[in-house]
Order: sequence, then C-alpha cells, then structure tokens
Amino acid sequence: MPARNNTAALPVAAGGGGLRLRWPLRRLFLKGTGDAQSESGLKRAHFREWRLPFWLLAPQLFILLLFFFIPSIRALIQAFQLTDPFGATTQWVGFQNFERLFRSGVYWSSAQVTLIFTIAQNVLALSLALLLAFASNHILRGRGAYRTVLLLPYAIAPAIAGIMLAFLFNPRVGPVAHMLQGLGFDWDPNRNSWHALALIVMAASWKHICYNYIFLVAALMSVPQSILESAYLDGAGPIQRFLRISLPMITPTLFFLIVINFVYGLFETFAIVDATTRGGPAGDLHPGLQGLSGRLRHARPRLLRRAIRRADGARAVSDLRAVPLRGASRELQRLGRR
Amino acid sequence: MNEHTPILDAVCHLILLVGAALVCLPIYFVFVTGSLSQPEIMRVPMSWLPGNQFLANMQTVLSNANFGRLLLNSFIMATGITAGKLAVSVIAAFAVTYFRFPFRMTAFWLIFMSLMLPIEVRIVPTYESAANVALPLNILGSWLGIQALVDLDWNLVNTYSGLILPLIASATATFLFRQFFLTIPDELCEAARIDGASPWQFFRLILLPLSRSNIVALAIILFLTGWNQYLWPLLLTTEPEMANAVVGLKKLMPQSDSLPTWHLLMNAAFLTMLPPTLVILLLQRWFVKGLVDSGK
Repeated sequence: MPARNNTAALPVAAGGGGLRLRWPLRRLFLKGTGDAQSESGLKRAHFREWRLPFWLLAPQLFILLLFFFIPSIRALIQAFQLTDPFGATTQWVGFQNFERLFRSGVYWSSAQVTLIFTIAQNVLALSLALLLAFASNHILRGRGAYRTVLLLPYAIAPAIAGIMLAFLFNPRVGPVAHMLQGLGFDWDPNRNSWHALALIVMAASWKHICYNYIFLVAALMSVPQSILESAYLDGAGPIQRFLRISLPMITPTLFFLIVINFVYGLFETFAIVDATTRGGPAGDLHPGLQGLSGRLRHARPRLLRRAIRRADGARAVSDLRAVPLRGASRELQRLGRR
Repeated sequence: MNEHTPILDAVCHLILLVGAALVCLPIYFVFVTGSLSQPEIMRVPMSWLPGNQFLANMQTVLSNANFGRLLLNSFIMATGITAGKLAVSVIAAFAVTYFRFPFRMTAFWLIFMSLMLPIEVRIVPTYESAANVALPLNILGSWLGIQALVDLDWNLVNTYSGLILPLIASATATFLFRQFFLTIPDELCEAARIDGASPWQFFRLILLPLSRSNIVALAIILFLTGWNQYLWPLLLTTEPEMANAVVGLKKLMPQSDSLPTWHLLMNAAFLTMLPPTLVILLLQRWFVKGLVDSGK
C-alpha cells in the first residue's frame, strides 16, 4: 500500500488526492469550503486507506441505520399519516394529526404541566446544587466525604427514586407524610394534583442535584485563585466573593446546566413520573413523557397490526389492551384508597 | 488567603450535613422498610430502626417475584450496552480521526446527527424496528415486488439483543473518543509508522492502552445508564421474565385490592440499587471523570 507509506501527509499538500470526488459531489458533501475545512477533526499524521475505516465504521453506521435513521424517518412520515384501528390501511392526511393535537385540551394541559414541572425542577435542583457547591467549596475538611454521599443519587434509577419518594410521602404508610399530617398539613398526593406535582418535582430534583453539584464544584475550583485573592485583599468576604466573582465566572457552566436540566426535565423523567404518580390523581397531570403513554395509545393500531402478524399475537394483544385499561385501574385504585 | 470565618464554616457544614441527610434518608428508609414484616410496616408511626426480616423478605422477593432472573437480565443488559457501545464507538472514532478516505465527513455527520433525537422522541417507530428488524427489507421488497423479502421477519421483542442494540445506537461515546484521540500527540502515530506498524497494530498497541482511563470512566457511566433503563425495557418486554429489575419493581408496587406489600417492594428496590451504588462508591474517581468528560 504505497499511499499509506507516504508518511506525514500534509493536508494542504495532499490536495484532493485522498478524496476522489468530482466537483458536484464534493460540493454536496464537503460544503465546497475546500480541503482545509473538510479535513477538520483529522489527525495530521494519518493513514490513507479506505477499506479498513469502512469496516471500522460499518458496525456503528449499521446500528444507527437500523435503530436511529429508519425510525426517525418513519416517525416523520407517520406524523402525516392516519392508520385505521387494525392497521390494515394507511392514508396520507397532511397536517390533520397536528390540527387534532393542537386542538386537544389534553395536549395543552400536559404541555403546561410539563413546563411548570421542568421549570420548578430546574430552579430547585440548580439552586440547591449551587448552595451545596458553595458550601463544599468553602470548607476545607471533609470535602471528599460529602462528595461521596452527595453523588449517591446518580447511581439510583429514576424509577427507584420515584418509588422511594412515593413511599415516604404515601399518606397511609409514609413516615414523611405522617410528619406532615402531624403538623396539620392535609397531605395527599392521591387526591390533590398539586401535591402529586410537588412529589414528582422533588423526586426529579433529588435525582438530579448530584449532577449539577459535581459540575458546579468543578467549575468553582477552576476560578483563578489570584482573582479571589485580590478581592480578598480589597476586603470582600467569602459570600461577596462568591456572588461577585465566582458566580459571574462560572456562567458558562450554569448555562450548560440549565440546558441539560431542561433536556432532563423534558425527556428523561418518564420513569420518575410513571413510577411515582402515574399521571396524577385523575390522570390530569401528564408532565414529562407521561403524555407519551397517551401517544402510545394512539399508536396502538400499528402495534396491534404488528402484534396480530406475530405468532405470539394473543399475548401481545392482551398486553396492549392493558394500556388503555390502565386509566380505569387508576380510577379504581383511587377509590380503593379512600 | 488565611481567613477565619467560624460562623460561615459552621453554616456550610450544616448545609452539607442537611444535604447529605436528604440524600441518605430515603435510601436508609428503603433498607429499613425492606427489613420489616407486613404488620410492622402498617404500624403508625413506622419504625425508624431496621427489623430482622431482611433476609426473609429477600428470599420471598427472589423466589416469588422471580427477582433473581430480573437482576440477571439487568446485568446482561447493562454489560451488553456497555461493551457494545464501547467497542462500536472506539473503532468508529479511530476511523474518523486517523484515516483519510472518501466520505469521511459524511460518515462523521451521520454519526453526529444521532445526537439530536433521544430515543424517547422516536420510541414508537424504534419499537416497530425492533419488532421486525427486517422492516426496511420488507418495504424494499414490496417496491421491487420480491415476495421473499416481504416475508422476512426478525423479531427482537423479548430478546436480549432487542434490549441492547437500540440503546447502542447513539454517538455520545464516539464523540468522547474522538475528542480524546485529537489530543494524542501526532508524533506517536508517526513513530509507530516509521517502525512499520500497520494501522491496526497502532490502534491495538498504542491507542487502546492510552485510552484505558477514558474507557473505564465511560464504562462506568454506560453501565449505570444501562442498569437504570426503564422506558425501553418496559415497552419491549411482554414476558415478565425478560423485563429488567427496574421494570420488575413497578409490578411489585402495592395495588389497592391486595395487601400493601411495601416491605417486599423496598427490599427489591434495595437489591436493585445495590450494584450501581457499589460501582459509584468503589470507582468514584473514575466515575467523576466520566461524568465531567462525557457531560452525561
């Protein structure tokens, strides 16, 4: 392989040698910005060969094709299609699905709850993490021990965090709920939607404070000591230094964490909600992805069709039927608790 | 800077202690409840001290709820995701950083795009793809009129590969390795080539040993995420014995028409969170590195 032995191939000198594309294709795939740009992310010392990298990339691209690109494209197409309950026919309906969605009250109320949930979770988790990060940055002894303990929630599955808090705040057996009731607070997340919402906000924050905390601690440690020292000489106390110097200097981290917290609140809290409250007392709370179980109910036709085509159809069908029934069982459960 | 702030120090310790207590109390209560008997958990107020039923409850959970199998499933799923994702992404990152070949940037952007849609957003069609992996061939067959392709059927529902493969389809690990490879000095690769090493030898003898710490750090994060999966196994498994432990927990949630068996649920929850907690406690240094590196 002479090409490979041609060591230290300089990207500029190599010209278009490695990429044998004609100009229209080149413009299409390389955005026509020339080789210097197109070779971003390539080591200066590299190999020139195409067979080996092809086989190295093949597994990743194959899995992505099967479980990312095809599903994503189908999701886009199916948004404009309507399938009958048994999945026999599919027809193109344009924006009709979107119209129905935007007219549905359930969608808007779930979007609203999601927003309230995400913002509340964001504010709670970030402010507590900031407080803890400030405290552990200030003290000298025992940092490591505190960090070890505070990181524990990361190990615990969101669903378990939800179950844990559901138990602690369960009005019949939960110790914390008993304490609240002892204080004369009429706590019952099974009847009061706001209590249910507070419960999942607490569970989601409990799970995510550690993540914010570790990033904030890392950011606070990277604030230059010299600046803090000069502020100290000017007479600024620890709190003032934190508010006036450290905090402004870690805004990039804060911004990053706000984005991550929003992603977390919007996409990664299905397990917490589903395991804790199953959508609140009357199913009127659909924060996070809880709305998804509703969406899956609409997706049932296609799943049904698939289930019927399967050999183990009977089992799958009975399993799918359980989805809409869950709403009813929730009502029964609620009555039973009274 | 030698400040003396006794009051602030005390307040800071207090804040951290309260924080630590808020973290530990729920976990502690899981253990306490898991070690009580049925009548004891119904007592008001509930005991704050552990009972002596932990092993008995554990036996019930392992035998009646088939929880041993579920824990095994969790373990297979978590290690499968970890090993699969690491293997696939480390070689892909090697290919896009160390080789010059046609469509290199196309491959790079294709991988990059997969960061944009999390699995939750495309869950229904992903389920369809897992229910029949041959689906694209079916469609192709119906276009071309080849009946053999239309009849192809490869169902991953209730299989380990169904639980593992779709969760490997993301590029976070590839990006982490790419970033790391870009920081490795070029001289290493040049020296290896002067000594006559083939690309594969360079990868195996130089690149892999260098990335060991990154691999360990990432493996921890991937193991934790894999172990704690909920939505995907919930959808993909219809047979109870193929679910993972976290999904199995939900089935143990007390229902109103039966005796509330919180002690069994909490015992199972304790068993489920034990492995990932041990991972974090024992490998904390690597874990923090992985967390900060991958931003995940």
